[in-house]
Amino acid sequence: MKITREEVHRVATLARLQLSSEEENTLTEQLDKILQYMEKLNQLDTENVEPLAHAVDIVNAFRDDRVANEPQTESLLANAPAREQTFFKVPKIIE
Amino acid sequence: MSLHTLTIHELGAKLKTREVSSVELTEAVFARISATEERLHSYITLCRESALGEAKRADERLKARGDNSPLLGIPIALKDIFLTRGTLTTCASKILGNFVPPYDGTAVKKLKERGAVIVGKTNMDEFAMGSSTENSAMAVTRNPWNLDRVPGGSSGGSAAAVAADQSIAALGTDTGGSIRQPAACCGIVGLKPTYGRVSRFGVIAFASSLDQVGPMTKDVKDCALMLEAIAGHDPADSTSVPAPAPAYASFLDGNAKGLRLGLPKEYFIPGMQPEVEAAVRQAVRALEKNGVEVVEVSLPHTEYAVAVYYIIATAEASSNLARYDGMKYGYRAQGKDLAETYFKTRQEGFGPEVKRRIMLGTYALSAGYYDAYYLKAQKVRALIKRDFDEAFRKCDVIVTPTAPTTAFKIGEKTDDPLQMYLSDIFTISVNLAGLPGLSLPCGFDGDGMPIGLQIIGKHFDEATILRVAHAYEQATEWHKRKPKL
Repeated sequence: MKITREEVHRVATLARLQLSSEEENTLTEQLDKILQYMEKLNQLDTENVEPLAHAVDIVNAFRDDRVANEPQTESLLANAPAREQTFFKVPKIIE
Repeated sequence: MSLHTLTIHELGAKLKTREVSSVELTEAVFARISATEERLHSYITLCRESALGEAKRADERLKARGDNSPLLGIPIALKDIFLTRGTLTTCASKILGNFVPPYDGTAVKKLKERGAVIVGKTNMDEFAMGSSTENSAMAVTRNPWNLDRVPGGSSGGSAAAVAADQSIAALGTDTGGSIRQPAACCGIVGLKPTYGRVSRFGVIAFASSLDQVGPMTKDVKDCALMLEAIAGHDPADSTSVPAPAPAYASFLDGNAKGLRLGLPKEYFIPGMQPEVEAAVRQAVRALEKNGVEVVEVSLPHTEYAVAVYYIIATAEASSNLARYDGMKYGYRAQGKDLAETYFKTRQEGFGPEVKRRIMLGTYALSAGYYDAYYLKAQKVRALIKRDFDEAFRKCDVIVTPTAPTTAFKIGEKTDDPLQMYLSDIFTISVNLAGLPGLSLPCGFDGDGMPIGLQIIGKHFDEATILRVAHAYEQATEWHKRKPKL
């Protein structure tokens, strides 16, 4: 076994997913199978290989810190699940 | 001949001489949609009213003349991953089920500026995660060549729409094959440009080091015209490359003489559909007749690509999708406090494949596993890229099958995620190495399903890929076949 049900539960908590007990079962089985497949990579010796994060050489792109877009409070707030005046309304964070 | 069956370049000529108007053309496309959409479900949202307005404005620009945009007045469909100002953009997910973007993505903006008419937003696998479009929270799209088969994915709606003449062309995105594989399944042309060639600004992120925008079209010339329109540097995407985009269509002279074509032995594997292998080998012979030289190359780390990809892509996805917390936009479930609101929102908002990938990515990045999975995968990614660097010393393009089989049956792989992942086996290395790759039709199997030929090029050398693809297309008739609907 590469992954246990307890680990699946722990990872789901990290990812903020409230899985049902049935989902936890299925995912334990499926992730275990997928992770066993990933084991393939251990056939390769990568001791002296530099990890590659990006395939194309790119350097940091800098620009002047200038406002370029017009303010659009209404269209941005139009998607808010809840709002009050020009604010996003969210559940209480500090008790 | 019905207008909706024509290509961008055929229609461009008719629109410029005012033989047809963009309004007539747009009406023809929507009539075709009305006649076929109930069976296909290619679209999530149709934009009939705004499209007719755009067509009318295009006709005015055409009347004024002097406007040389090849896309002026041409109906184009967009995968529902592209942000469109004022038009619902769901990414085929319940969590964005009511999301109306306040701005256009760069590729969309470029199409609109060039006078394209936006037909609608096409179906896809939720958050572009899948190879069959079955992971959509909205509908199951069917393959126009056989309604019991998948259209491929994740850009399955775009592929089906173009193949069925429900649009003249479309945009898709490709993270591990999501343009090329559905293009192969539906018998059209699909190009994933070099990473950095097309801006990703305003494209809903899946895996940021792999995602790329590209055209899906009826033939190679249309593909070149579409790429020309969307390519180029964008200050809003720091990974877009500040290099000018060439006039791609000008390279298409039907001649590939003198080019060296690499054939990797690792791409002809046991278990692949024999008709696919036969069609690809036949295509290579046709290109040889055109004067290309065929050389054998080796990409020895090919068999590790699926494992690398499903670590890197899911790790990046788990991070990108953390933004869906139900606070500023999208779906929000009611919880008793903030924490429960997060948990319930994400639990109810995401579908099973998205959850599976968030779980896999979170696991791969979590304390104690990072080195064994994520770092290891990045190292093998370097080896995969090195394979291509070496192969390209011996050849100008690499030719492979796009997918190991033709389109599979709806439901066939939904219970076995690993089997589904393996349908990307020939396309994902290209994303890991950041290379451009194109799929075009090269035959049909015994069941009448299209087969795709993949042509892979060097970084930023889309021009040579298009040249080879065009030379092949000129010598064959596959792209002229249409599904009977």
